[in-house]
Amino acid sequence: MEKERTEVNDVDRSMYDFRYSDKDSYKVNEGLTEDIVLTISKEKHDPEWMKDFRLKSLEVYNKLKLPDWGPDISGLNMDDIVTYVRPNTKMSASWEEVPKDIKDTFERLGIPQAERSSLAGVGAQYDSELVYHNVKKEVSEQGVIYTDMESALTGEYEQMVKDHFMKLVPPSDHKFAALHGAVWSGGSFVYVPPGVKVEIPLQSYFRLNAPGAGQFEHTLIIVSEGADLHFIEGCSAPKYNVANLHAGCVELYVGKNARLRYSTIENWSKNMYNLNTKRAICEEGGSIEWISGSFGSHVSYLYPSSILKGDDSHAEFTGITFAGKGQNLDTGAKMVHVGKRSSSYINTKSISKAGGISTYRSSVTVLPSAEDSKASVSCASLMLDDISRSDTVPAMDIRTDKADIGHEAKIGRISDDAIFYLMSRGIPEDDAKAMIVSGFADPVSKELPLEYAVEMNNLIQLEMKGAIG
Amino acid sequence: MALLEIKNLSVSVDDMEILKNIDLSIGKGETHVLMGPNGAGKSTLGNALMGNPQYVVTSGNIYFNGLDIKDETTDKRAKAGMFMSFQNPLEVPGISLSAFIRNAIIKQSGQKLKFTEYKKNLKDNMELLNFDESYKDRDLNVGFSGGEKKKAEILQLLMLNPSFAILDETDSGLDVDAVRTVSEGVKEYQKKGDGALLIITHSTRILESLHVDKTHILVKGRIVDSGDGSLVEQINEKGFEKYLN
Repeated sequence: MEKERTEVNDVDRSMYDFRYSDKDSYKVNEGLTEDIVLTISKEKHDPEWMKDFRLKSLEVYNKLKLPDWGPDISGLNMDDIVTYVRPNTKMSASWEEVPKDIKDTFERLGIPQAERSSLAGVGAQYDSELVYHNVKKEVSEQGVIYTDMESALTGEYEQMVKDHFMKLVPPSDHKFAALHGAVWSGGSFVYVPPGVKVEIPLQSYFRLNAPGAGQFEHTLIIVSEGADLHFIEGCSAPKYNVANLHAGCVELYVGKNARLRYSTIENWSKNMYNLNTKRAICEEGGSIEWISGSFGSHVSYLYPSSILKGDDSHAEFTGITFAGKGQNLDTGAKMVHVGKRSSSYINTKSISKAGGISTYRSSVTVLPSAEDSKASVSCASLMLDDISRSDTVPAMDIRTDKADIGHEAKIGRISDDAIFYLMSRGIPEDDAKAMIVSGFADPVSKELPLEYAVEMNNLIQLEMKGAIG
Repeated sequence: MALLEIKNLSVSVDDMEILKNIDLSIGKGETHVLMGPNGAGKSTLGNALMGNPQYVVTSGNIYFNGLDIKDETTDKRAKAGMFMSFQNPLEVPGISLSAFIRNAIIKQSGQKLKFTEYKKNLKDNMELLNFDESYKDRDLNVGFSGGEKKKAEILQLLMLNPSFAILDETDSGLDVDAVRTVSEGVKEYQKKGDGALLIITHSTRILESLHVDKTHILVKGRIVDSGDGSLVEQINEKGFEKYLN
């Protein structure tokens, strides 16, 4: 008897692939020049300092080299990328006022429904600008500010933005941080006053509709002393035959004894270069929890990092990455321990299938000042066939003897015996594999907000079965 | 017509021929025992019948209910009414024992399942097997002891109620009490209806309280002797000595 092999097709992502014409929108020309940056700045009514900031960032961008250590990004040509696409609408606080095709897009992604049932506030970005932003009255009455970056920048929070904007991720950090500094647009600004606990999550959803475009949203969150917030970020895009680029930036400031949970499900289409930068800083006793699911994109470089500045601060990173055909996803996390008794915990799962490459890359640094700190890293990879790849690159730089460090890595291929076992109970091969993969992902999906856990499970089923069913 | 008809079956693993020209016929409701020394190829027969892709049928046929199933996938064989209790059941995190069995029943029958009925059935069978009920909510086999894993296998046998079940070394590694419990479960399966059994074992403990219709002795990949239940007694006393030369 021939060895049984069931063909697992590439995923049908049509549920994310609907798209609308962008004929009514305003866009700048392709490429990146000083003129384009100035045009964006003018279009967005930047204050003077922001215009200067953009120009300086462009200078830095032109000086910096592309990274030479990760997945190949030679397919990305900045001369072909449109950096600013403004949808033909103003931002609204009512879905009724959002143009029909854009509103339909978010309806199909389930955003207004989720807002009604389980969110305290929602921001929705379409291409380069927010088209919807709303926060529940109870939450704004607590003094919580949740708005688009542009309103924050040109309104009463300008100083707060100025004090924090790209201070954690400076444009000099790497080439795409510099690019972000030059052409950023959209994103959310959140401020939670001292002691305020936001009981239900806020969510921003980023949708890139235009072909050959870039999305460069900036998310700035400040959680003050003793405050508590859960922020959810979702992203998707329809598939095009040209390269799209996402180079967002997330900066999170976690105050003394404050707590922030930042959940992401990223499901970009497979023509997307996802070169995103996320960073958090925690003051004394502060805590950041990252939950991160990476499913989409052609190439990803994504390593949310946490700077544990204060004594007794804490960071957790829980992530899952699923690389299918034609995907090279380089993901992980970065922890920097500065404060005494700071603790960090990284737990990741990566899955690769149909020739996909999934690389786990992390770095944990414990500085001499971080006495009695604890760091633990646990990463597991599952390869679903012989042609897929999985690598782990965990770096550790420990500069004090007084630290408790743990590391555990597991790389394995999906077990033929386990598949046979499940099949012997009448479960078809694809379902058996999906069951094993879901089980592998379970510790992460448990951490996700319910709708996202469901979405992640659906994505796994989709990836495994190659059809919506 | 026999339920299971094996004709001239040869099976290889990694290009090494393990089973040679096996003929075996099992009728509805019959209990057959397959005995033999270690390495004789007993588990190979179980795996080949169930369609494990690592076991390659090089010649011969397997008829189940009159249909040649030799090229069917494992899940289709299960759907047709075959079952195997594994020697080493696999651990599958992320799905509970109860959810897994329910899933399997639904996949096999293609029908919806009345949840309350299912729950009661599961509870009754767990009680019969002296299987702590809390295990139904634990991940399938994860962290189960050897005995608990075997109980979980027999629980699946009772819940799925196949028309033919292979028990692959279900008694190995179990203490006396566990063997007794497992064999109670098997007896219950026999009692339920006309389910047939192929019990693969190299000891006789599990057979003590079970009715046996036929016994086959497998040595070096060939069936060298067949007889009724009394052959078990003979092996019990004298071992496989007389077949080894």
